[in-house]
Formats: sequence, structure tokens, C-alpha cells
Amino acid sequence: MSLKSLDFSILQQCMHCGMCLPSCPTYDTTKRERNSPRGRIALMRSVATDELPITKSFADEMSYCLGCLACQTACPAGVDYATLFETARADIEDSKITATPKRSLYRFLTLDLLFTRPRLLRAFGKALRLYQKSGTESLVRKTGLIKLLPADLRRLEPQTPRISEKFSNELIAPFESPTAFTEVRKVALLTGCIQDLAFSQINRDTADVLLANGCEVHTPPVQPCCGSIHSHNGETELARENARRLIDLLPPEEFDAIISNAGGCGSHLRHYGHLLENDPTYAERAKAWDKKLKDIHEFLAEIKLRPPTAAPFSETTLVTYHDSCHLTHGQKVTLQPRHIIDLIPGLTRVELPEANWCCGSAGVYSITQPDQSQLLLDRKVKHIWSTNATILLTANPGCHLQIQSALPNLKILHPITLLAQAYAKELTANELPKP
Amino acid sequence: MLTQLTDLLGKENVLTSPEDLIPYSFDGTATFRQLPLAVAFPRTTEQVSACVKLACETNTPIITRGSGTGLSGGTVPTPGAIILCLVHMDAIIEIDPANLTLRAQPGAITANIDAAASTHGLFYPPDPGSMKISTIGGNVAENSGGLRGLKYGVTRDYVMALTVVLPDGTIATFGNACVKDVAGYSMKDLFIGSEGTLGIITEVLLKLLPRPAARRTMLATFASMEAAANTVSAIIAARIIPCTLEFLDQMTIRCVEDYTKMGLPTDCAALLLMETDGHPAAVADEAERMASIAIENGALKLTTAATEAEALKLATARRSAFSALARVRPTTILEDVTVPRTHLAEMVTFIAKTAADLNLTVGTFGHMGDGNLHPTFLTDERDEDEMKRVHQALDLIVTKTLSLGGTITGEHGVGLAKKPWLKQQLGDASLNLMRQFKQTLDPENLLNPGKIFDAKSSTDHNGSAADIDGQ
Repeated sequence: MSLKSLDFSILQQCMHCGMCLPSCPTYDTTKRERNSPRGRIALMRSVATDELPITKSFADEMSYCLGCLACQTACPAGVDYATLFETARADIEDSKITATPKRSLYRFLTLDLLFTRPRLLRAFGKALRLYQKSGTESLVRKTGLIKLLPADLRRLEPQTPRISEKFSNELIAPFESPTAFTEVRKVALLTGCIQDLAFSQINRDTADVLLANGCEVHTPPVQPCCGSIHSHNGETELARENARRLIDLLPPEEFDAIISNAGGCGSHLRHYGHLLENDPTYAERAKAWDKKLKDIHEFLAEIKLRPPTAAPFSETTLVTYHDSCHLTHGQKVTLQPRHIIDLIPGLTRVELPEANWCCGSAGVYSITQPDQSQLLLDRKVKHIWSTNATILLTANPGCHLQIQSALPNLKILHPITLLAQAYAKELTANELPKP
Repeated sequence: MLTQLTDLLGKENVLTSPEDLIPYSFDGTATFRQLPLAVAFPRTTEQVSACVKLACETNTPIITRGSGTGLSGGTVPTPGAIILCLVHMDAIIEIDPANLTLRAQPGAITANIDAAASTHGLFYPPDPGSMKISTIGGNVAENSGGLRGLKYGVTRDYVMALTVVLPDGTIATFGNACVKDVAGYSMKDLFIGSEGTLGIITEVLLKLLPRPAARRTMLATFASMEAAANTVSAIIAARIIPCTLEFLDQMTIRCVEDYTKMGLPTDCAALLLMETDGHPAAVADEAERMASIAIENGALKLTTAATEAEALKLATARRSAFSALARVRPTTILEDVTVPRTHLAEMVTFIAKTAADLNLTVGTFGHMGDGNLHPTFLTDERDEDEMKRVHQALDLIVTKTLSLGGTITGEHGVGLAKKPWLKQQLGDASLNLMRQFKQTLDPENLLNPGKIFDAKSSTDHNGSAADIDGQ
């Protein structure tokens, strides 16, 4: 699909009223129309109608867009910006206008290799873990060997996630069933890529919370990437291939729900119907998949989760919640995480100012657009400080890593982890903390 | 010219590449598109003046622009024009709580102005639909209205003084912080609503009011649009001046509900959003009387917003109406006709009938308390036959409006979109006087040329919409 072959009415849907402007972090920074949603759509429209060729400048603009989709929430006209944006990025890749040997190599290594081969990704993760744990990492940093890395990788190296001691398959059995429930829901749990490598405990916590709410949890030990990273970076065909593999692995008709716990993945995962609409074999199954795909908070709210009776901490704790863009704008899940946090005893939740404003993580944005990413991170950090919260809750590994890199001493948790801890405390203590 | 402009403002403040210019080839209005020669971002009144002087020397037209949310094509470039975009001049310079005034640069966002006033317990009432992003300079240039016009008036009623760069580059100030001032002609009033054709506003001094102590927001549903219109007329006839009487027809309700998912009643023919504010006792009394008038006039259901947040949600939903209507078809052609309030029911009926006769889809909403309606045709600019019928409908609606003593535009301005009908409303004497003003102030016709009317009468339009999309 290209902007030219796209249904023109998707572009026409934008009536350029400007209601998106105040929601756009890049327009807010520069106050230039080309850096705004309606400006970008105007450029895409010009490409579609042959008034503008795909230029380096056009490619730069699409790279500058965070893809945070805040504009989709703001848009009264219902413009499908996600589709326009991904189509534009695919056009840019097809045009090869931004291709350099180095860029092509990085893209091949990550998009074509690592993120299509889950076993290879874990092997890579193990190597990284060894590097981090063996002391090689500090040695490399101290001795200046790190200077051998290209500048952009060197800058990024300190942000590399700490690899978990164990991956999801070592923490979660392929099949776990709840005890003492008469009515049982059958759910599949998606373990993700970064979540699996760096935050596998969140996957374990998700399984625990599902079990505590009467769900039979199916977690295949090896799962393909959902394809979100491919789709956002203009590799639509690879994204489709990953989607087909995931649908084959977890046939939607066999489950009551398919659960994602990472905002960025979920936003992509629930649009397989659109991604595979022209695939005669998978179109129908993809539509069925979308209906079953649920964010964990959304699912728990729908089944009316059991409020925990114990507090996770012995003292009342001040927490705040940061909305991941793709959970709040991509999936419109905003109230449910707050609702869940508010159900946990012993927590006081203070609303984070600009909670749904992008933190600058945005997939690989911190690599491709370090300056703008840093601006947004600084803004986020300032707001987090203003809350005096001791724990930041957020439901996306990208946001987690990004904010942690700026606030290494702040405790950052997934809301589901806190819920799991509360359930776990029920077994040991039945007392609520004193206010 | 571009070299000189760059020398003046710095390279980073002048845009010339196609990727930079395409997003400035339109504003919030459908169908009008034209590339500018360049976009420039001055930072001070002096820089604006220098840009204007340079434009005079090089005979370059200038289009002043803020956030580009205008609804009459007022900031759509003319060929070869430079856009002066004032969004970086966005400071709220000072609030004077003792004199109830606020001084701001033209790029200050409307909603921020009211927010700044509210920190002192003060109130800036004009609240156009796009207030979250519209600039105060644009509001003054268009004399924008909003949802509170019925009780609080429009932007003009809050402008005390203006700093204006005149078409020859002179910097002039009109008005002051005095409540009373009759020293000479009220020149500031000439520039308010002049749509960027007479001067460039670079600073405004605004009047503020004490923030109302109480507010009540109600929602009434009706089985017919006429019943809603009659309710409005009856409320006004009962000597009640609510701050808001907003109206949405079924098509609009459904689009807004599709966007907001807030549970609006999508099965009724019309909905009235009614709000009263002021002293708590007065608010309670007015709300009660408005409720009974609505019921007497056939309201099906009446609900009151329980909290301030809920009331705000309703007003925000109403503000999204125009954009939400774009969900239905690719092109939305918005009207802004206004009639004396006793003719509301007649006008609403006429609009519906005209659309039906010409087989067109229309969504109507508007500030019913002001008699200001926004019939919005939902169409496709690529469908020539349908566009012809849209223009026919616009002609009929304008003619009907004028026959009822109304105006072609209540708050959006003439710009390009309403230009074909201006003469029909004003007549020769009035239009010629306007033209003389323009000729006197801007003899070279460099400031926003071709907007409102053409400078020379030979190219006048004569009550036809034929050239509406000829840009």
C-alpha cells in the first residue's frame, strides 16, 4: 500500500480545522505547521496527488513525528492518522531516499533478523546479560573501549535495558490454571519482546493477576514479535508475516481473550484486521483476533476484577500514573489503569500533570530524534517531580526505560505488578496499613 | 526580497521550501488552497513594521496569520504573498487586577488568556470553538464570537486598546485603559474585524470581568428543531439572558456522540445546551424558569450537569461540533448566517427544506441564543454536480437570511468564503465606503488583498457563488 493507492477519503477526512495542533508535541515545540498533524497530512496529500515527490525533507518530517497519536484523540473528525503515518513511512522506505549502507545494515539486523526470530532475540538477550553481569560492561566503559562504537550507538549504550535474570518462559508455564473458581475464562498471554527480555517479571505478574481473577492462562514459551516495530518503521510486509505467525500460534477462536500488557504492542496488535484485510486466508481470522485482543487493564475492568484486600506496602504510598501514548491514544485505555490503582489498598494516587503527553520514547525515537526526545523527557521528569510521588506507574516498556534513564533512582512499576503484589500480600497479611 | 527578509529576521524565521509552504496553503476553511511565496515569523512589533516596509518597497502582498483556524479563508494566501505568522509573539504581558485589564501579544492563545485571568478570579468571556489553539490577534481581526455571545457579547466588546502596524509600516496605538474615552474617532473599532486588510495587530489590551460565582448547565432534548427554536425565542422573550443557548440537530448530535462517546441522546431531533451564570441566587432562579419554559415548549427530557467537570464536558463537546461533522463526508462547507431571533424557527425549517429539495446532507448547529446558525453541508468537493447544488443551497439560504433582516456572517468573517454575497447584503453605498477606507489606508492593496471584497469595484461579485472554489 502507498499514499497514492490509499483510499483518498482517508486523506480527505482531515478538514484541517487545527484542533490537533495543541495536542501535538512537535508542533508545540516549533510552532511550525509542517511539524503538526494537519501539516503532515497536507504533505501526504500532496504526495498522493503528485504535487510533491517523496523528498528527503518529507522523510525527515515523517521521522520527526513521534507517532504518539495524541492527534487521533484530539481529532473530532476521526482522521485515521495511524494508517496515514505508517503508509507514509512505508512509501519512504520503498523510495530508498533515506537509505545509507549503515542505516540499511542496522535495519536488517533489527527488523529483518532479531525481531523476526524470537529464539535469536533471546540468544542476543543472553549475550547482553552476560556482558552486563560479567563486568565486561564496566570494563568497556572504563577502558574507553566504548569509543570504538559508532557515536549514535555509544550515546544509547547507557540506556540499554538491564536484561532480566530469567525470560518469560522460565517464569511462566505454558499452561497454568486457577484454583477454586467455578467459572473459568480461557486467556492467552502475550509476552512481548522487550517486555520478555527486560521486564519478564511483569509477564509473571500479569499471569498471577489473571489467575487470581479466575483465568486459565496459556503462554506459549516462544512467541513471535507482534510486528509493531516493523509497522511503525515502514516494513509492512514483515509486520504482516509476524501477525500471521501470531494468529497461527494463538487461534482467536480458542480463547475468551488474548492479553497484552505493553501499551505499544497492544495498539498494533488490535489492528490486525486492518493490516491483513487483503489477505484472503487471514482477513477473517484477523478480524476475530482484534475482537479478542485486550489490554490487561481493559480486560480486568471488563470482568470486574476482584479488589485486593491487602496492601502491597506497609506504609501508605504516594503513586502517580503516566499514560503510555499507545495505551491512551492508540487503545483509548485511560480510566481502567487508574481505576485498578485506586482499588489497591494503601496507595494514594496523585494525577500526573500532562499524564498523556509523550515522554519521548516513542519506539526508536530516542535513537532517531535524540534532541526532541530529550526535550520531552525533561518535561516529563519535571512533572513527575512536581507530584512528589515515590512510585511512578506506567504500562509500556519503552516509557519505563526512557523515564528510568533520566530518573535512575525512581521506582517505576507496571500497575499490574502492584496489583499482583497486593494479591500476594493477602496470603501473608490481612491487615491494612495505618493511615 | 527573500534575501532582505532573511537578513531582517534570520534564516530560521523564514520558510521557503515546498515542504514548509504546503502546510500554509490553507486555513480551517474547506476548498481554498494557494501556496504562499514564503512564511516569516517576526518576534517583535518592530520586526513586523520592518517586514511591512520591505513589502511596500518590493510590492509584495502580506497575509497575517495566527494558528490558521479561520473559517472564511481569511488567511489563505494570495499568489506571491508572504505570510507573516505571529505565533511566536505569544506573551501575556501583564494582568492588571486593579484596572481589570490584560495586555497580550497577538499570538497568545485565547484559552490561555482566560486561564491567566482566572488565576486572579477574573474572566475573559469570548470563547470561540477553537479557543484551545486560536490566537487573540486572529480573534480581534475576525471579531470572533463563541458560546457565550448571548450574554457577554463578542471579542469587540473586550478590546480596550490595540497596537497596529499600518500598511506603510507605521506603528500606531489606538485606545487606552480608560473605561470612557471619546477622544476622536474610535479607530480601534475600525481594525477589529478588519480581517487583516487594514493593519497588523501586534498588541492588545483586553477588558476582563469578575469571574461568575455560580453556573448551571442544562441539556434539553426536543422532537423537532422548531420546538427547540421556539424555546429559545420564549426564553429571550421572558427577559432571561442566559450565557449560553446552543443548538445541535440530530446529524450533529450523532457525530459529536461518535467522537465523544459521552452518552448524548442520539434519537432526538434537536438538543439545546443552556447555561446560566452569575450570582448563585440569580442562577438558581433563571435555571428554574428556563427549565419550565423548555418543558412548556415541548422538551422531551431535561437534565442538569451535576458537576463543573460535567458542564465543561458538555461545552467541549459542543465546540467539537463542526469538526465532528467531517466524519460523514470528505468535505464540510460551513455557513454562518445569523437572523433576528424571532425568525429562528423559520430559518431552521428553511435550511432543512432547502437541503432536502436539493438532495443534500446538512448538519445544523449554532448559537441559537444569538440567532447565529451554522448549517454545514456534508459533501465531496470532487463531485462537481453535488458542489453545484451546494452553491445553489448557499445562495438560497443567504437570500432567505437577508430577506429576514439577517447577516451572511455572524462571527466567521467574510474572507473568501462569504465574499460572493457581501454586496447583496451591504448595497453600494456601504460597500463603497468600506472600499474608500481600504484605499486610504492601504493604497497599494498589500495587506490581505482580495479578502472581504476586491479593492476595485469592476471585479465585484454579484451575489453568485460560482467562484467560491475558483481559488
